[in-house]
Amino acid sequence: MATATKMRFGIVIFPGSNCETDTWHALNDQVGAPVNYIWHTETDLSGYDCVILPGGFSYGDYLRTGAVARFSPVMEAVSDFAGKGGLVLGICNGFQILLEAGLLPGAMMRNLGQTFVCRYVHLRVESANTPYTRGMEKGSVLRIPIAHGEGNYYADEATLADLKRNDQIVFRFSTAEGEITAEANPNGALDNIAGICNRERNVLGMMPHPERCSDPILGSADGRLVWESLLQTA
Amino acid sequence: MAKARVTITLKKTIMDAQGQTVEKALHNLGYEGVQNLRIGKYIEMELNGAPAAELPTQVDEMCRKLLANPIIEDFRVEIEE
Repeated sequence: MATATKMRFGIVIFPGSNCETDTWHALNDQVGAPVNYIWHTETDLSGYDCVILPGGFSYGDYLRTGAVARFSPVMEAVSDFAGKGGLVLGICNGFQILLEAGLLPGAMMRNLGQTFVCRYVHLRVESANTPYTRGMEKGSVLRIPIAHGEGNYYADEATLADLKRNDQIVFRFSTAEGEITAEANPNGALDNIAGICNRERNVLGMMPHPERCSDPILGSADGRLVWESLLQTA
Repeated sequence: MAKARVTITLKKTIMDAQGQTVEKALHNLGYEGVQNLRIGKYIEMELNGAPAAELPTQVDEMCRKLLANPIIEDFRVEIEE
Protein backbone atom coordinates (compact mmCIF):
# COMPACT_ATOMS: atom_id res chain seq x y z
CA MET A 1 0.00 0.00 0.00
CA ALA A 2 3.02 2.26 -0.42
CA THR A 3 1.78 5.45 -1.98
CA ALA A 4 3.39 8.75 -2.89
CA THR A 5 2.66 11.49 -0.43
CA LYS A 6 3.30 15.13 0.01
CA MET A 7 4.21 14.78 3.66
CA ARG A 8 7.93 15.28 4.16
CA PHE A 9 9.56 13.62 7.16
CA GLY A 10 12.81 14.55 8.87
CA ILE A 11 14.57 12.32 11.39
CA VAL A 12 16.89 14.11 13.80
CA ILE A 13 20.15 12.36 14.61
CA PHE A 14 21.79 13.21 17.93
CA PRO A 15 25.13 11.73 18.96
CA GLY A 16 23.97 8.40 20.40
CA SER A 17 20.67 8.06 18.50
CA ASN A 18 20.34 4.49 17.23
CA CYS A 19 16.83 4.06 15.81
CA GLU A 20 17.09 6.52 12.95
CA THR A 21 17.74 3.87 10.29
CA ASP A 22 14.79 1.72 11.41
CA THR A 23 12.58 4.81 11.33
CA TRP A 24 13.87 5.75 7.88
CA HIS A 25 13.22 2.20 6.66
CA ALA A 26 9.67 2.17 8.05
CA LEU A 27 8.81 5.50 6.43
CA ASN A 28 10.68 5.19 3.17
CA ASP A 29 10.46 1.49 2.39
CA GLN A 30 7.30 0.46 4.20
CA VAL A 31 4.96 3.35 3.56
CA GLY A 32 6.78 5.15 0.74
CA ALA A 33 7.12 8.56 2.36
CA PRO A 34 10.01 10.94 1.56
CA VAL A 35 12.47 11.11 4.46
CA ASN A 36 15.65 13.02 5.25
CA TYR A 37 18.04 12.86 8.14
CA ILE A 38 18.62 16.04 10.13
CA TRP A 39 21.93 16.33 12.01
CA HIS A 40 21.53 17.77 15.50
CA THR A 41 23.50 20.91 14.60
CA GLU A 42 21.07 21.92 11.84
CA THR A 43 18.63 24.71 12.57
CA ASP A 44 16.50 24.95 9.42
CA LEU A 45 13.41 22.73 9.47
CA SER A 46 11.51 24.64 6.81
CA GLY A 47 11.45 21.69 4.39
CA TYR A 48 9.53 19.36 6.72
CA ASP A 49 5.98 18.60 7.77
CA CYS A 50 6.88 16.09 10.46
CA VAL A 51 10.07 15.95 12.50
CA ILE A 52 10.87 12.74 14.37
CA LEU A 53 13.20 12.47 17.37
CA PRO A 54 14.19 8.79 17.23
CA GLY A 55 15.12 6.33 19.92
CA GLY A 56 18.61 5.74 21.22
CA PHE A 57 20.88 6.96 23.95
CA SER A 58 21.60 10.57 23.03
CA TYR A 59 24.74 11.83 24.75
CA GLY A 60 25.03 8.46 26.46
CA ASP A 61 21.97 9.21 28.60
CA TYR A 62 24.44 11.13 30.78
CA LEU A 63 22.95 13.05 33.72
CA ARG A 64 19.36 12.21 32.75
CA THR A 65 17.90 10.80 29.56
CA GLY A 66 17.46 13.63 27.06
CA ALA A 67 18.90 16.24 29.43
CA VAL A 68 21.86 17.14 27.23
CA ALA A 69 20.20 16.55 23.85
CA ARG A 70 17.54 19.13 24.62
CA PHE A 71 20.25 21.81 24.35
CA SER A 72 21.39 20.65 20.89
CA PRO A 73 21.16 23.47 18.32
CA VAL A 74 18.36 21.68 16.48
CA MET A 75 16.09 21.71 19.53
CA GLU A 76 15.42 25.43 19.41
CA ALA A 77 14.30 24.94 15.81
CA VAL A 78 12.17 21.94 16.85
CA SER A 79 10.54 24.08 19.52
CA ASP A 80 9.76 26.87 17.01
CA PHE A 81 8.56 24.30 14.49
CA ALA A 82 6.20 22.76 17.08
CA GLY A 83 5.04 26.23 18.15
CA LYS A 84 3.95 26.90 14.58
CA GLY A 85 1.94 23.68 14.47
CA GLY A 86 4.57 21.44 12.85
CA LEU A 87 4.25 17.75 13.70
CA VAL A 88 6.87 16.49 16.16
CA LEU A 89 7.02 12.83 17.15
CA GLY A 90 9.39 11.64 19.88
CA ILE A 91 9.91 7.90 20.15
CA CYS A 92 11.52 6.46 23.31
CA ASN A 93 14.64 8.64 23.78
CA GLY A 94 12.85 11.18 21.58
CA PHE A 95 9.98 11.25 24.10
CA GLN A 96 12.49 11.71 26.94
CA ILE A 97 14.04 14.65 25.06
CA LEU A 98 10.61 16.26 24.49
CA LEU A 99 9.93 16.04 28.24
CA GLU A 100 13.29 17.55 29.15
CA ALA A 101 12.71 20.30 26.59
CA GLY A 102 9.33 21.08 28.13
CA LEU A 103 7.52 20.43 24.85
CA LEU A 104 5.52 17.81 26.73
CA PRO A 105 4.65 17.88 30.45
CA GLY A 106 6.06 15.53 33.09
CA ALA A 107 9.33 13.67 33.52
CA MET A 108 10.80 10.23 33.00
CA MET A 109 12.22 8.15 35.82
CA ARG A 110 14.12 4.89 35.99
CA ASN A 111 11.91 1.83 35.40
CA LEU A 112 10.34 0.71 38.65
CA GLY A 113 12.05 -2.68 38.39
CA GLN A 114 15.40 -0.89 37.85
CA THR A 115 16.12 -2.94 34.74
CA PHE A 116 16.13 -2.26 31.01
CA VAL A 117 13.00 -3.82 29.50
CA CYS A 118 13.07 -4.97 25.88
CA ARG A 119 9.99 -6.87 24.73
CA TYR A 120 6.62 -6.67 23.00
CA VAL A 121 3.82 -5.05 24.99
CA HIS A 122 0.22 -4.14 24.30
CA LEU A 123 -0.99 -0.58 24.08
CA ARG A 124 -4.54 0.64 24.27
CA VAL A 125 -5.30 3.60 22.04
CA GLU A 126 -6.80 6.19 24.40
CA SER A 127 -7.30 8.92 21.85
CA ALA A 128 -7.72 8.75 18.08
CA ASN A 129 -7.90 12.53 18.04
CA THR A 130 -4.28 13.19 17.03
CA PRO A 131 -2.56 13.28 13.63
CA TYR A 132 -0.65 10.16 14.76
CA THR A 133 -3.64 8.05 15.73
CA ARG A 134 -6.49 9.21 13.53
CA GLY A 135 -6.30 5.97 11.53
CA MET A 136 -6.83 3.94 14.72
CA GLU A 137 -9.91 3.25 16.74
CA LYS A 138 -10.14 4.51 20.28
CA GLY A 139 -9.99 1.50 22.61
CA SER A 140 -8.22 -0.72 20.07
CA VAL A 141 -5.08 -2.58 21.13
CA LEU A 142 -1.70 -2.47 19.39
CA ARG A 143 1.11 -4.97 19.79
CA ILE A 144 4.36 -3.06 19.75
CA PRO A 145 7.85 -3.41 21.25
CA ILE A 146 9.45 -1.33 23.98
CA ALA A 147 13.16 -1.09 24.79
CA HIS A 148 14.07 1.29 27.58
CA GLY A 149 15.48 1.66 31.06
CA GLU A 150 13.76 4.95 31.79
CA GLY A 151 10.13 4.81 30.80
CA ASN A 152 8.55 5.32 34.20
CA TYR A 153 6.48 8.37 33.33
CA TYR A 154 5.77 10.80 36.14
CA ALA A 155 3.64 13.92 36.40
CA ASP A 156 2.27 15.66 39.47
CA GLU A 157 -1.43 15.40 40.27
CA ALA A 158 -2.37 18.70 38.67
CA THR A 159 -0.55 17.80 35.46
CA LEU A 160 -2.17 14.36 35.34
CA ALA A 161 -5.59 15.94 35.81
CA ASP A 162 -4.82 18.33 32.93
CA LEU A 163 -3.70 15.46 30.70
CA LYS A 164 -6.95 13.63 31.38
CA ARG A 165 -9.17 16.68 31.02
CA ASN A 166 -7.61 17.58 27.67
CA ASP A 167 -7.56 14.04 26.27
CA GLN A 168 -3.75 14.17 26.05
CA ILE A 169 -3.12 10.59 27.13
CA VAL A 170 -2.80 8.84 23.78
CA PHE A 171 -1.50 5.35 24.64
CA ARG A 172 -1.59 3.27 27.84
CA PHE A 173 0.05 -0.07 28.56
CA SER A 174 -2.67 -2.73 28.65
CA THR A 175 -3.29 -6.44 28.43
CA ALA A 176 -3.90 -8.05 25.03
CA GLU A 177 -7.61 -7.61 25.78
CA GLY A 178 -7.19 -3.90 26.40
CA GLU A 179 -7.45 -3.96 30.19
CA ILE A 180 -5.33 -1.49 32.10
CA THR A 181 -3.72 -3.50 34.89
CA ALA A 182 -0.62 -3.22 37.08
CA GLU A 183 0.69 -6.46 35.51
CA ALA A 184 0.49 -4.91 32.05
CA ASN A 185 2.62 -1.97 33.16
CA PRO A 186 6.23 -2.78 32.21
CA ASN A 187 7.95 0.15 33.91
CA GLY A 188 5.80 1.61 36.67
CA ALA A 189 4.58 4.54 34.55
CA LEU A 190 1.92 6.67 36.20
CA ASP A 191 -1.54 5.46 35.14
CA ASN A 192 0.12 3.03 32.68
CA ILE A 193 0.91 6.01 30.45
CA ALA A 194 2.88 5.02 27.34
CA GLY A 195 2.33 8.11 25.19
CA ILE A 196 1.01 11.64 25.53
CA CYS A 197 0.47 14.63 23.28
CA ASN A 198 0.56 18.35 23.93
CA ARG A 199 -2.61 20.36 24.29
CA GLU A 200 -2.42 21.46 20.64
CA ARG A 201 -2.09 17.76 19.69
CA ASN A 202 0.76 18.26 17.18
CA VAL A 203 3.53 16.96 19.48
CA LEU A 204 3.43 13.29 20.52
CA GLY A 205 5.84 11.37 22.73
CA MET A 206 5.66 7.60 23.07
CA MET A 207 7.93 5.02 24.69
CA PRO A 208 7.09 2.07 22.36
CA HIS A 209 8.75 1.78 18.96
CA PRO A 210 6.34 1.84 15.99
CA GLU A 211 9.31 1.75 13.59
CA ARG A 212 10.26 -1.69 14.92
CA CYS A 213 6.90 -3.19 13.98
CA SER A 214 6.05 -1.69 10.62
CA ASP A 215 6.76 -4.82 8.60
CA PRO A 216 4.83 -8.11 9.12
CA ILE A 217 8.10 -10.01 8.80
CA LEU A 218 9.10 -8.52 12.17
CA GLY A 219 6.17 -10.06 14.03
CA SER A 220 3.79 -7.13 14.03
CA ALA A 221 2.92 -4.37 11.59
CA ASP A 222 0.82 -2.37 14.07
CA GLY A 223 3.38 0.44 14.01
CA ARG A 224 2.35 1.23 10.45
CA LEU A 225 -0.89 2.61 11.80
CA VAL A 226 1.08 5.59 13.14
CA TRP A 227 2.63 6.34 9.74
CA GLU A 228 -0.62 5.72 7.90
CA SER A 229 -2.44 8.07 10.25
CA LEU A 230 0.18 10.73 9.53
CA LEU A 231 -0.17 10.23 5.80
CA GLN A 232 -3.91 10.75 6.10
CA THR A 233 -3.02 14.14 7.57
CA ALA A 234 -1.02 15.10 4.49
CA MET B 1 39.02 29.66 42.73
CA ALA B 2 35.77 28.48 44.28
CA LYS B 3 34.38 24.97 44.37
CA ALA B 4 30.75 23.98 44.21
CA ARG B 5 29.22 20.73 45.35
CA VAL B 6 25.74 19.84 44.18
CA THR B 7 23.66 17.04 45.67
CA ILE B 8 20.59 15.93 43.74
CA THR B 9 17.93 13.59 45.09
CA LEU B 10 14.44 12.57 44.02
CA LYS B 11 11.80 14.74 45.66
CA LYS B 12 10.50 13.41 48.96
CA THR B 13 7.07 12.94 47.38
CA ILE B 14 8.49 10.58 44.76
CA MET B 15 9.10 6.95 45.53
CA ASP B 16 12.79 6.10 45.28
CA ALA B 17 12.67 2.43 44.25
CA GLN B 18 16.46 2.12 44.21
CA GLY B 19 16.71 3.65 47.68
CA GLN B 20 14.06 1.31 49.05
CA THR B 21 15.83 -1.74 47.64
CA VAL B 22 19.13 -0.71 49.18
CA GLU B 23 17.42 0.10 52.48
CA LYS B 24 15.94 -3.42 52.56
CA ALA B 25 19.36 -4.88 51.77
CA LEU B 26 20.84 -3.02 54.75
CA HIS B 27 18.03 -4.35 56.96
CA ASN B 28 18.92 -7.84 55.78
CA LEU B 29 22.51 -7.17 56.80
CA GLY B 30 21.29 -6.42 60.30
CA TYR B 31 21.18 -2.61 60.15
CA GLU B 32 17.55 -2.51 61.18
CA GLY B 33 17.64 1.13 62.23
CA VAL B 34 18.12 2.40 58.69
CA GLN B 35 15.19 4.37 57.34
CA ASN B 36 14.31 6.87 54.61
CA LEU B 37 17.37 5.96 52.56
CA ARG B 38 17.50 8.08 49.41
CA ILE B 39 19.93 7.66 46.54
CA GLY B 40 20.98 10.67 44.52
CA LYS B 41 23.71 12.22 42.44
CA TYR B 42 26.75 14.19 43.50
CA ILE B 43 28.37 16.75 41.22
CA GLU B 44 31.42 18.81 42.02
CA MET B 45 32.96 21.58 39.96
CA GLU B 46 35.54 24.31 40.07
CA LEU B 47 34.35 27.81 39.29
CA ASN B 48 36.46 30.50 37.71
CA GLY B 49 35.71 34.00 36.53
CA ALA B 50 32.46 35.00 38.18
CA PRO B 51 32.58 37.21 41.31
CA ALA B 52 32.06 35.21 44.52
CA ALA B 53 28.81 37.00 45.29
CA GLU B 54 27.25 35.75 42.06
CA LEU B 55 28.21 32.11 42.49
CA PRO B 56 25.19 30.91 44.49
CA THR B 57 22.79 32.37 41.92
CA GLN B 58 24.85 31.01 39.06
CA VAL B 59 25.00 27.45 40.39
CA ASP B 60 21.33 27.56 41.33
CA GLU B 61 20.60 28.53 37.71
CA MET B 62 22.77 25.66 36.42
CA CYS B 63 20.76 23.26 38.56
CA ARG B 64 17.41 24.55 37.31
CA LYS B 65 18.48 24.58 33.66
CA LEU B 66 20.42 21.35 33.38
CA LEU B 67 21.83 19.58 36.43
CA ALA B 68 18.51 18.73 38.09
CA ASN B 69 15.00 18.21 36.76
CA PRO B 70 12.84 20.30 39.13
CA ILE B 71 9.77 18.20 38.26
CA ILE B 72 11.19 15.17 40.04
CA GLU B 73 14.35 16.26 41.82
CA ASP B 74 15.51 18.49 44.68
CA PHE B 75 19.02 19.87 44.79
CA ARG B 76 21.32 21.31 47.40
CA VAL B 77 24.33 23.49 46.63
CA GLU B 78 27.40 24.10 48.77
CA ILE B 79 30.00 26.60 47.71
CA GLU B 80 33.49 26.72 49.10
CA GLU B 81 35.50 29.88 48.44
